[in-house]
Amino acid sequence: MNKILEVRNLSKIYGPGCPQCLESTGPEADTNLCPHCGSVVAIHDVSFDLFEGEILGVMGESGSGKSTVVKNLYFDQAPSGGEAIFYDRDKQHDLFALNAAQQRWLRNHRFGMVYQNPHLGLNFNISAGGNIAERLLMSDLMDYGAIRERAKALLARTEVLLSRVDDLPRNFSGGMQQRVQIAKALATQPPLLFLDEVTTGLDLSVQARILDLILEIQQELKTAMVVVTHDLGVIRLLTGRAIVMKYGRVIEAGLTDQILEDPQHAYTQRLVASAL
Amino acid sequence: MTLPILQVEGYGKHFQLHEQHKLIPSSHNVNFSVSAGCLTALVGPTGAGKSSVLKGVYRTYLPSAGRILYRDAMGHELDLVLASEHQILELRRREIGFVTQFLHCLPRQATLDVVAQPLLALGVSRIDARQRAAELLSAMNLPERLWSVSPATFSGGERQRVNLARGFIAKPRLLLLDEPTASLDPATTEQVIGLIEGLKSEGMAMLAIFHHPETTSRLADQVVELAPPPAVEELLKEIA
Amino acid sequence: MNAMTPAKTGNAYNFGFLDEYAKKEVRRAVLKAIAIPGYQVPYASREMPMGRGFGTGGLQLTLSLIGPDEVVKVIDQGSDDSVNAVNLRHFIEMTCPGVSTTTKTAECTLIQSRHRIPELPLTSTQIIVLQVPYPDPLVVVEPSEDKRKTMHGEADYSRLLVKLYEDIVKFDEITISHRYPTRINGHYVIDPSPIPRWDVPKLNASASLILFGAGREKKIYAVPPYTKAEPLAFSDVPFRVEDFRDEQGRRRACARCGCVDSFLDEFVADSGSKTWQCSDSDWCDGHATKSILARQTQGEPA
Repeated sequence: MNKILEVRNLSKIYGPGCPQCLESTGPEADTNLCPHCGSVVAIHDVSFDLFEGEILGVMGESGSGKSTVVKNLYFDQAPSGGEAIFYDRDKQHDLFALNAAQQRWLRNHRFGMVYQNPHLGLNFNISAGGNIAERLLMSDLMDYGAIRERAKALLARTEVLLSRVDDLPRNFSGGMQQRVQIAKALATQPPLLFLDEVTTGLDLSVQARILDLILEIQQELKTAMVVVTHDLGVIRLLTGRAIVMKYGRVIEAGLTDQILEDPQHAYTQRLVASAL
Repeated sequence: MTLPILQVEGYGKHFQLHEQHKLIPSSHNVNFSVSAGCLTALVGPTGAGKSSVLKGVYRTYLPSAGRILYRDAMGHELDLVLASEHQILELRRREIGFVTQFLHCLPRQATLDVVAQPLLALGVSRIDARQRAAELLSAMNLPERLWSVSPATFSGGERQRVNLARGFIAKPRLLLLDEPTASLDPATTEQVIGLIEGLKSEGMAMLAIFHHPETTSRLADQVVELAPPPAVEELLKEIA
Repeated sequence: MNAMTPAKTGNAYNFGFLDEYAKKEVRRAVLKAIAIPGYQVPYASREMPMGRGFGTGGLQLTLSLIGPDEVVKVIDQGSDDSVNAVNLRHFIEMTCPGVSTTTKTAECTLIQSRHRIPELPLTSTQIIVLQVPYPDPLVVVEPSEDKRKTMHGEADYSRLLVKLYEDIVKFDEITISHRYPTRINGHYVIDPSPIPRWDVPKLNASASLILFGAGREKKIYAVPPYTKAEPLAFSDVPFRVEDFRDEQGRRRACARCGCVDSFLDEFVADSGSKTWQCSDSDWCDGHATKSILARQTQGEPA
C-alpha cells in the first residue's frame, strides 16, 4: 500500500504570535487562545500519514482545530508552519512550496473537498449540473456532450433525481445539497478527498444515506479520504484509523476500533464515554 | 509439526481510567500458541479476561505487557504488539479475522453486501463476492428473504449468523471467535460447528471462546485455562 | 515634443486635444497591450469634453495615434453618418487640423468604430480602434476586481464557460449575440466590445492592429496582427456567426445594394414590414455603385 499524503508538524496561528504562544496553549492549558498576545493557536505540530484508498478520521470537539487541518491542506488557508507531501503516482509535491497556479492545479485535478456548509462548496447561482460542469471545465474537459453525460452520471450516482439536474441548489434540501457537493468533488475522480463535517446538521436518515454513499464510492474508486467529524458514530462507520485533537494538538492516534474501545488519553476516554 | 501461527507470551492487559483514577486489571500473564488447522479454546470464569485476549490479538486493545508473535503468509514472524497501525490493517484485511459478539455495519446495507464486504476489500468482483455470501448464508439457514434487507432489524441469532458468515467468507489464516454460537438454536449451532470443522480441515487456525462446554470439547484441539487477573494492589506492585 | 503652439494652429488646443504627456502614456499602454495580447492595461483615462459612454476611450486612443498625414474614418454601428460618428469626426477635424477624414474604408489609415468592424478586410497599414463599454468578460461572474485579475492571470475561465454550458442546456445553443468572449493568443479572454458574432472571426490573424479603449473603465487592450483569436466554445458545440436566412432557407440580401455576404441590420417599418440592409454603410455604397454599373453595362436603366 502506498503513501499518498504525509503531513508533518502542521501549524496555524491566527494573530501576531509570540514566544509564549505554544506553551500557553493546548490541551493542558485548556485553551487555544494565547493569554499574552491574543493569538489563536488553531493547530500546532499536527502530523499524520495517509495511505492510498484508506479513510482517516480527524476527531475532536469545537475548537479542536480539526477543520483547520483540512482547510490548510486544501489551500483555503496558508499554514504558519509545517509541511505536507502529496504522492501523486510517480511524482511528489511539497504542497506549501508550490506556487498559486500549481496549488490550484492540484485542487482541480487531484483533490476534492466537501464542506459542512454547502455554500462554500457549491455555486448557488448555477444549476446542480452546472456546478459539476464547472469542476469538469476547471479540469480542462471541453466537450459539452461529455460534460453533460458525466454530470448526469455523477448526480445519478449520488441519488439526485435526474429531473433536478438543471435546478438551482437553493431549491434543494440540505441532504441533496450535500450530495451535489459530493458529486462535484468526485467529478474529477480525485485520489484524495477531504470531508469536513459533511453530515453534521442533517437528519439521521439523510446522514445514513450519505455515509452509505461515501463508503460505496470509496470501495469503487479507492479514494483516500480525510474525514473530519465530532461524531463518534461516523468515525466508527467510515474510518480505519483516526487521530483525536484537542485545542489544536493531536492527543491520540491509532486504529479506530482501538481508540473507541481502549482509549488511552483521559480526554479520549471522556469523549468516548460521552457518546449517547 | 508445523510452526504455530500465533504465539502469545506473557500477555497482560489493564485499563487506566484517568477520570476515575482507577486501574482495572483485565488479563495477566497469558501464554499459549495456535497452529494451522487447530482450534485453541480459551476457558475460564467471567472476568478471567478471555475476550480481552482476543481483542489484544486483534489490536482492538493495546496490550499492556507481553508479546504476540504472528507468523504471516510469507513465513515472517512479527510481534503484533509492536506492529504499525498500517501493518495491522493489512493483516486484518488479508489474514486475521474476528467474529465478535456485536454486529457493526452500515444502517442501510443489505445483508448480502455486509457479508460480501471482506471479499470486496480483497478485490473480488461484486458478483462473485455476493455469490459466495449467498452460499454461506444458505449454509447458516438464514432465509433468503432477509438477504436484501439490512441486519439492523434482525434478532440476535440472525445477526450472529450474519456475523459468522462475514467472518468466514474471506477464509483468513487466523480466525478469532468470541462466543460464536451463544445466541443460536441447536440446529443452527450444528451447522456452524460443521462449518468450523470444515474450515479447520482446510488449514484455518482458530482461537475461540465458546459459551457451552460441550462445543468446546467438540471443537477444541487445545484448551487454555485462564484465571482472573490478580487484584489491583498486586498489579500495582508488579508495575512499579 | 512635437506640439504645435496655439499661435501656429490658430486654435486653443494642442494638436489632438490631449497634451503630449497624456498621449505618451496612452502610447505606452498601447505598446504594453500589444506585447501582452488580450491583457487589459490600466491607464489614466483623461476627462474629455463629452460624457463617458460616448466613446471617450476609443477617442483617446485615436487622438494619441493620429499623425498629421492621417486619414481617419469614424463609424457607429457601421454607419459614417450616425449622430455620434458625425460628432466624433467633427471633434477630430477641429482638434487635429490638417488631418483628412473619409468614409471610404479602403482609403483610411485609422478607423474609430463603435460596435462594428468594416466588411472590407483591413490591411497592415491600417489600425482600427474599438470603443469598449466593459472591458472585462469576467465581470458577469465575479464582482471583485482583485479576484478577476487572479482568474485572468491563471487563465481560469471556467465560470465563464459554465455560463455557456447553462445556455446550451436551456436553449440548445450559446445565446450570446454581442461581446462574445474570445481567447487571444491562447491565454487572456477578452470582451471584444459589442461587435456582433459576425465580426469576431475578423479578429483572428488580422493583418491590421486592433485596439480596444475603455474610457470609463480606464483600460486599453489589443489583438496584435496575425494573432490567434478563438471565440470560446465547446469542442462539440462550435462557434457560429449570425444566420441571415429567411423561412425558406435563402440567404437574405440587402434591400439597397443586393449584397448577400454582409452583416445586415433589420428595419421594421411602422406598418410592421421588415427590410434588411447592410450595416456597413460604406460597403453598401460600394456595392450599390457596383450593381448600378453592372446594370448599366448590361443595358438596363440606372
